[in-house]
Amino acid sequence: MLNDLVTLDGVTKTYSGITALDGVGFSIAAGEAVCLAGENGSGKSTLIKILAGVEQPDRGEIAFSGQRQGLLNPRLSAAAGIKVIFQDFSLFPNLTVAENIAFSAELGIGAKLVRRARMQDLARRTLERIGVDIPLHAAVETLPVAHKQLVAICRALATEAKLIIMDEPTAALTEREVRVLLDIIRRLTADGVAVLFVSHKLAEVLEVCQKVIVLRNGQKVAEGPAHDFDAASLTRHMTGHDVAPRPPAPLPATAPTLLRVEGLHKTGAFDDVSFNLRAGEVLGVSGLLGSGRTALAKALFGLLAPDRGRITLDGRNVVLGNPLAAAEAGIGYVPEDRLTEGLFLTQSILQNIAIGRLDAHGRSGILDLGGLMDEARDWLKRLSVKAANPDAPVRSLSGGNQQRVVLARWMARSPRVLVLNGPSVGVDVGSKAEIHGIIADLAAQGLGIIVISDDLPELLSTCQRILVMKAGKLVEDIPAGQVTETDLAHRLAS
Amino acid sequence: MTIDWSRNEALVALVIIAFCALAAASDPGFLSIATLTDLLRGGIVLGIFAVGALIVLISGGIDVSFTAIAAFTMYVTAMVLNAAMPWLPWWAALVMGMGIGACLGSINGVLIAVMGLPTLIVTLGTLSMFRGFMLTFIGQKQITTLPPGMREFGRMMIVRGENADGSFYSLHAAFLVTVLAIVLTWAILHRTMLGRQIFAIGGSVESARRIGINVRGVQFFVYVYVGVLAGLAGIIHSSMARVANPFDLVGLELSVIAAVVLGGARLAGGHGTLTGTVLGVTLIVLVRNSLIVLGIPATWQSVAIGVLILIGTGLPAWQAKRAAARAA
Repeated sequence: MLNDLVTLDGVTKTYSGITALDGVGFSIAAGEAVCLAGENGSGKSTLIKILAGVEQPDRGEIAFSGQRQGLLNPRLSAAAGIKVIFQDFSLFPNLTVAENIAFSAELGIGAKLVRRARMQDLARRTLERIGVDIPLHAAVETLPVAHKQLVAICRALATEAKLIIMDEPTAALTEREVRVLLDIIRRLTADGVAVLFVSHKLAEVLEVCQKVIVLRNGQKVAEGPAHDFDAASLTRHMTGHDVAPRPPAPLPATAPTLLRVEGLHKTGAFDDVSFNLRAGEVLGVSGLLGSGRTALAKALFGLLAPDRGRITLDGRNVVLGNPLAAAEAGIGYVPEDRLTEGLFLTQSILQNIAIGRLDAHGRSGILDLGGLMDEARDWLKRLSVKAANPDAPVRSLSGGNQQRVVLARWMARSPRVLVLNGPSVGVDVGSKAEIHGIIADLAAQGLGIIVISDDLPELLSTCQRILVMKAGKLVEDIPAGQVTETDLAHRLAS
Repeated sequence: MTIDWSRNEALVALVIIAFCALAAASDPGFLSIATLTDLLRGGIVLGIFAVGALIVLISGGIDVSFTAIAAFTMYVTAMVLNAAMPWLPWWAALVMGMGIGACLGSINGVLIAVMGLPTLIVTLGTLSMFRGFMLTFIGQKQITTLPPGMREFGRMMIVRGENADGSFYSLHAAFLVTVLAIVLTWAILHRTMLGRQIFAIGGSVESARRIGINVRGVQFFVYVYVGVLAGLAGIIHSSMARVANPFDLVGLELSVIAAVVLGGARLAGGHGTLTGTVLGVTLIVLVRNSLIVLGIPATWQSVAIGVLILIGTGLPAWQAKRAAARAA
């Protein structure tokens, strides 16, 4: 078709014998918002890299505006108006907002000297185009995540952008920031810029996109107008089977109180927080970014020292502000960013699980390595971590399996309370359902679990009770059965 | 004007002032033109080295081989000029030094930019290699009679005078070369896209590659540029010392990097200013030149420099950490 901006035909790519993409073909028209959906490992990232010119396909054709392309490279793709906003935004943290936005544009016209006024003018105009206001002279490293993303979008727009590819653009954003982003995407498509939206948050996908393309194991398994899909059918296409949401089992009335938090306070973070957690209960804590939910999670595990307040577990006082004491008392914490906070990425899977149990397997200072590794292997099996080789580095695992390794490490210490901060951030639909299954199983064994998340469907399908935080205060305590997703979203944002 | 105390520059400037006040209090003769010219003279070679170290640190790398490049260059230049071209004027010696420096720098450039090897490992290797090659194959004997061009340059002064007590002071013309190197580097870093690309690479190599910056080309430039500066510094050093001693200079590299880091450049790359670098060099030279005045034994020099580095780089890092903890 003549007005097709990008056409792919039979694109195939293999990495050392493993087929990442297998004969994928589709087209994107100017001003169209297309969603590329698929689980981790389905070939989405490879497809993006090929369009960006970072990787070359083994076979297949790519055409821009009907013109067949030879070998692509990042410069050629960019010159054709294809701009990728990578998940990490690929910004320069040390440079200013203005420089980040205008850098590629200046580079593109072959500028040799720095023209500060021009760069600032371009940055100002681009920010105005998407209707946001970010100080031009701020260093990008000082900006919040949502603003970094907007800067990345502006950088794409500052040069002649015809197709903007966004890789998991909403992974790090709160509900409200997602709204802003979706509005910007609508503005862009109205402007004639096409957007390829890569996501596995299904609701957003259906809301903003005109067309949906689903990849599974490197093959295109579905394509069609967005209104032909719903969350259930998308999930079915992505996973190849139905993933039914499992509502949490009700808590028996006799369940004893496990954890008691009284008047926990940290100036500037959270304010007089009190709640109880019963054995076998899954308690959700939600709130917008900056509501204090993450600070609260860290305080529960002693990573942050509160100014005052009391935490008791089984009636015994927990020393505040000391992660070792919290772990000793039976509290486990699985951090939000498992990549930076939770794992030793280059160490083996077994070593990562065993690290928390060194004390228990020490005999007068000598380590019982065999016993330690046996225990680790046992947990690997119980949490069904899919690993070809337990001695392989953790880095080689998929996101969902990495999350399981962190869980396995904590389970090996037999904690009484587990604090899970964003348990399924960056995890695909199939793994997410499995992680939710694990949460339910652990609760059934009598653990108290606190899930901190802004993924509302996740909270609704795992928690018996949801606490809402706003500006550092606990403002609501909602039994999960009595609230719908839209209702919850409204209570969070209002 | 507000002063940002979380920046190294402000801190280092403060320490310099405090140091001068202390020195002036214990020796009234400290505040004199002689002290100033001594200070400037001490900063000539160190300053050129520091400018090179700064540009490498900003690009996200580290170079420890520049002292070996300088020593190699000055020795070979002196030897070649003596043997073959004694009639060459002083400026040609400088140009020749820059040329040899560029060649040696390009070896670093090939290994780092083209082959993608880690910068510290490469430059540790070439440091040892350049020095070893010179001592084994070229010579170990001091060249006490420099070629006429270098001797002429060694005698060039821009300021000359006599103190009240009859001693002489002077400022070598090479000081202008250092100033020129600083100005030129500033212009490259802040007024050319090449300079901004050096900052960009230091900020994030992956991002730079993704927006189409020629990372290899820029890195190659950086190491050649450092080679040129090192070669220049080598010729200046031997001209001023009036001898080309192959055992000179090597060993200075960590003090130079310390001065640059003291001035606020980050080892992680992407950050650093020439103001900070100049202040860092000033402080280190000041400590080297004047600890004696304060009655502190010379062996305490390195302890004092170590303490300054710990305070100068530790304090801002500690403040940043506290600010981050407050924000969380």
